[in-house]
Amino acid sequence: MNIYQISVFLENRAGQLSEITKLLADNGINLRAISIAETSDYGVLRMIADDAERASSILLEQGNIISMTPVSVVAVPDRPAGLSEVLSIIAEAGIDIEYMYSLFTHADDKAYMVFRVDGEEKLSSAIKAHDMEMATKEEIGLK
Amino acid sequence: MAKYYQPEIETASQEQIRAWQNERLVEQVKHVWNDVPYYRKKMEEKGVTPDDIKSVDDLYKLPFLTKDDLREAYPYGLMGKPASECVRIQSTSGTTGKRVVAFYTQHDVDLWEDCCARAIVAVGGTKDDVCHVAYGYGLFTGGAGLHGGSHKVGCLTLPMSSGNTDRQLQFMTDLGSTIICCTPSYAAYLAESIYEKGIRDQIKLKAGIFGAEAWSEEMRRDIEEKLGIRAYDIYGLTEISGPGVSFECEAQMGMHINEDHFIAEIIDPDTGEVLPEGEKGELVFTCITKEAFPLIRYRTRDICVLSRKPCPCGRTHVKMSKPMGRSDDMLIIRGVNVFPSQIETVLIEQGYPANYQIIVDRVNNSDTFEVMVEMSPENFSDSLKKITEMEKSLVGALKAMLGIAAKVKLVAPKTIARSEGKAVRVIDKRKI
Repeated sequence: MNIYQISVFLENRAGQLSEITKLLADNGINLRAISIAETSDYGVLRMIADDAERASSILLEQGNIISMTPVSVVAVPDRPAGLSEVLSIIAEAGIDIEYMYSLFTHADDKAYMVFRVDGEEKLSSAIKAHDMEMATKEEIGLK
Repeated sequence: MAKYYQPEIETASQEQIRAWQNERLVEQVKHVWNDVPYYRKKMEEKGVTPDDIKSVDDLYKLPFLTKDDLREAYPYGLMGKPASECVRIQSTSGTTGKRVVAFYTQHDVDLWEDCCARAIVAVGGTKDDVCHVAYGYGLFTGGAGLHGGSHKVGCLTLPMSSGNTDRQLQFMTDLGSTIICCTPSYAAYLAESIYEKGIRDQIKLKAGIFGAEAWSEEMRRDIEEKLGIRAYDIYGLTEISGPGVSFECEAQMGMHINEDHFIAEIIDPDTGEVLPEGEKGELVFTCITKEAFPLIRYRTRDICVLSRKPCPCGRTHVKMSKPMGRSDDMLIIRGVNVFPSQIETVLIEQGYPANYQIIVDRVNNSDTFEVMVEMSPENFSDSLKKITEMEKSLVGALKAMLGIAAKVKLVAPKTIARSEGKAVRVIDKRKI
């Protein structure tokens, strides 16, 4: 059960981000997480959409440059040290985190974090081995 | 103070200059016919033989040479002397894709250096001067030409080459440089640095000889004011010899072409037809004294105007205006020749779309050079690190191809402006 992140190339100009979010909104796509990495000249918009496949074809149709990347979403215990424990597990498993960001979705006792790592399987096994959970598509509102 | 380096030549009558040109052209055409098979073939194709060329009036009958011929004949195809008779090569600045190699016998070097010596004397140079040569030394003709000319005049020559501004300024103040030779943009940069360091009162410069790139009257005034000197233009190209093909005199109103060595014509770039004096067109040169690389009717692609109006300096050789543009798409950026097609080649090699735009501007008298490149799906990823690595590799490949650094700006696909369906490849904002 892979969760795919959509990355979009962003030029640094006013209104570019809003054009993309509006395009998705007009097509009834619900964004579950969003993060931007930027240099002084351009940026990479990363997002988790409820319907990744449809969102990506809409973006492509409008001439955007996109890339799809499998990511890992971990259900992080929502209590002090919750994230710290998750990160320790990942570190102990010898997995490098390229970047991470959080989901808008939140359960009573869980927060959700998106991790981009080299080796999703390994991460998933390590998390489960420590009695923690990987998010399911359903619980974070993905189709 | 001597006003001319070779007064009998530089102030010769029009009739005398014409007589030299007639005699030398006839000899040169025979030399080329006998010793340069590449050009002989061109003549044969046009049905011309040396017998048809009796004076400069017959020049129009001869075929043109272009940069394409130079590339086709690279490296030895246009040589007029065996390599064993040659003592030097020089090459055009930095363009790996379109490099031109020119050969010189000792005689050729001598005559070239005479031309540069004329330019130095024309700006007031004598054996008492300290001539600071801050053009690049090496394959580029700038350093070698002015260096040789400075020796001939008897100046104390400082072979500084380009770069290392602190060292330039130290020598300039410690050794009392009085004449500086470099590109106008570097002169402007030096002027700026001198002003910032507050060392203007330690500078003894009186004149500057600035060439290898286009510059405006405004820039001239700016440099003159900041350095307290008079700034003179010099023109040349490696194919013809190097700097000193023409040079400015005290009148600062156009550059005298050394007509005892080079015959200048102005042609219509589209039809190749010779235009009457005073009309604007493409400058064409015929070398009438060169032995090793005797180019006939070489099309410079520089657009300018010739004038035979008497010059207050007393020199009688025809004057050319500063080049007003190009009849091809070549750009001269920071003194380096850049062809848009070279950029296209690099982009395709690096997996970017060939839809690009070059933006050239001049900020604080120095050229800025930016290439807008459209992002491609294959070079895009979620990782900023990967994208910046690709970008760095593109910047490196452009530098290797062009010889100068470009700033790359990655933009979204299809954002590069097009006018009437035709892509605008170059935006040159320089006001020259």
